[in-house]
Amino acid sequence: MTVQSKSGAIQVTGEVIGQRKAGDYHVLTLTAAGIPELAKPGHFVAIAVGGPNSSMLLRRAFSIYSVQSRGVYGGTLEIVFAANGKGTEWLSKLHRHDQIDIVGPLGRPFALPKEPVSCVLVAGGYGSAPMFSLADALRARGCRVDVVLGASTESKLFGVLDAKRIAATLTLTTDDGSVGEKGRVTDVLPAVLKRTDADVVYACGPMAMLKSVAAVAAEHGAYSQCAVEEAMACGIGICMTCVLPVIGDDGVTRMLRSCVDGPVFRGDRVRWDEVGTIPEGTLGAPATGGH
Amino acid sequence: MTRAVITHGPRRDAAAIAPDIDMTTWLAGLELPSPVLTASGCAAAGRELDQFFDVTAIGAVVTKSIMLNPRSGRATPRMAETPSGMLNSIGLQGPGIDAFLDKDLEWLRARGARAVVSIAGGSVEEYTRLASKLRHVTDIAAIEVNISCPNVEDRGQVFACNPVAAAEVITAVRRNTNPGIPVLAKLSPDVTDIVEIARAVVGAGADGLSMINTLLGMVIDTDTMRPALAGVTGGLSGPAIRPVAVRCVYQVHAAMPEVPILGMGGIRTGLDALEFVLAGASAISVGTATFNDPSAPIRVARELAIALAERGFESLEAAVGFAHRLPDPVPSSGGPVAGHQVDVDADPADVVVEAGVEG
Repeated sequence: MTVQSKSGAIQVTGEVIGQRKAGDYHVLTLTAAGIPELAKPGHFVAIAVGGPNSSMLLRRAFSIYSVQSRGVYGGTLEIVFAANGKGTEWLSKLHRHDQIDIVGPLGRPFALPKEPVSCVLVAGGYGSAPMFSLADALRARGCRVDVVLGASTESKLFGVLDAKRIAATLTLTTDDGSVGEKGRVTDVLPAVLKRTDADVVYACGPMAMLKSVAAVAAEHGAYSQCAVEEAMACGIGICMTCVLPVIGDDGVTRMLRSCVDGPVFRGDRVRWDEVGTIPEGTLGAPATGGH
Repeated sequence: MTRAVITHGPRRDAAAIAPDIDMTTWLAGLELPSPVLTASGCAAAGRELDQFFDVTAIGAVVTKSIMLNPRSGRATPRMAETPSGMLNSIGLQGPGIDAFLDKDLEWLRARGARAVVSIAGGSVEEYTRLASKLRHVTDIAAIEVNISCPNVEDRGQVFACNPVAAAEVITAVRRNTNPGIPVLAKLSPDVTDIVEIARAVVGAGADGLSMINTLLGMVIDTDTMRPALAGVTGGLSGPAIRPVAVRCVYQVHAAMPEVPILGMGGIRTGLDALEFVLAGASAISVGTATFNDPSAPIRVARELAIALAERGFESLEAAVGFAHRLPDPVPSSGGPVAGHQVDVDADPADVVVEAGVEG
């Protein structure tokens, strides 16, 4: 079944082509007729879990790791996930030829520079998933691409080989020092930005990491593009659960949906310290003071 | 009560005959070509869903409750998944009525979709002003009044939980809107006697009832050992609440069979929708299921048509309230499909309804 879209996303019944482990993560390869052809780096898909009568109603959102627009199976795409909840556990047990309901491509993808500038890609854990197709797109535009990947431990790094293939330089960090530098991505980022004279920083990972990356990028006078990982119920912009405070061109803070207004935001526009709250002055915020 | 005239047994080729079923329905004088609508808060203003199905093909788009002024909504987390449902605490985030009329309603009008505009307020005065803003707006199919809001002038008591407060809101809205536009009151199930509230709002001029709104619930995160939602409590929706919703529709239809009902609460399939129709709903809204399946409203409409055909109904209208019929003394060969006969005497809900009516 394919529900045709007039303006972007489509809903398709895909089929599992393969499933493999990558460190602590799972990589699922799916047919998703029509989605691979439309997907751009930073887009995501929202997948229904548990089958047609599932008691789990909320779709799970995943960055698109890779797409193959032709091949033996027609268009396929890959997602990466950690089986740490009931929905992702169900996904991890899917077999070849199992059917799966996919909506995508969703969200606003990464903005690409018009000039061949120097770009640094930073990711935490499997937040690296969208970074490899992004790196390909940047290199196709003549951009220099350097990559920084970090995780708590070696088995939670994702895509190290992909990164080695694609990046001018690759810097790894782990909290426990099991591989690369011991520490966080933001510990090494200032040196990388300086060394590469970076113009743009692209980041994907936990909110705290994005906050630090956006700050480091701003200190170095680089633009930052941050893909957030917010909890979503629908992924298509109708449930209003995945909001965060973002400053608009007019200087006004609004609670924007990370699914349709994001997941990629300019790092200097997100009020990172106040994610999870309604900051004072946000459009429509409850009046403060009084009683 | 309308009864189906059934002239044939089960049809296994129902899919083929489904398009012949007359799905036209009437909600308080409003004629709708399809009985399936979206549910307020589960469809934004229709635009996002138009990617997945033609929003002009369903009964109407019921828009997210709009307030007088722009509203940021509550802090996050706003949502928690629960068994066959979810808890939400959005806090009525929205652009305010003026921006809504300029952008959202304008889009629906240009698209040719029927729009049921849901309004919400914190005081009778706010509902009055919202209704006045809508008075001269054309192309509104109906107004749904979300009265499950705290009354800032009455220590935050929810309008929908008090028959007097609920009636005050409906009176204010009815007086200030175009008399030609139906006003639907959306009822909360979190009340002792929903029939009492229904009578109060109908007495105040509601042309129909939307039921039910979410049930108040709560989830505690066992890792943080704190409430999972920033708003502490939230509204429970999804298939988990469907039996509560069907009960509410059944009780109110039994008490006031002449009052049109827009039924909602956990509808995911055509058979779920059929339960509401049999209980007495003239139309139904698909809400939370849309998060799971963005094409759910159009799918449910198709499945409902098939389900009606399989049971020998020639029209949707003939099935409205069918579960309330008296038991057939002698099953006749030409009667309703045997497998779908219900022994009404054995249904404990009837006892409750009768008690409610007499009390």
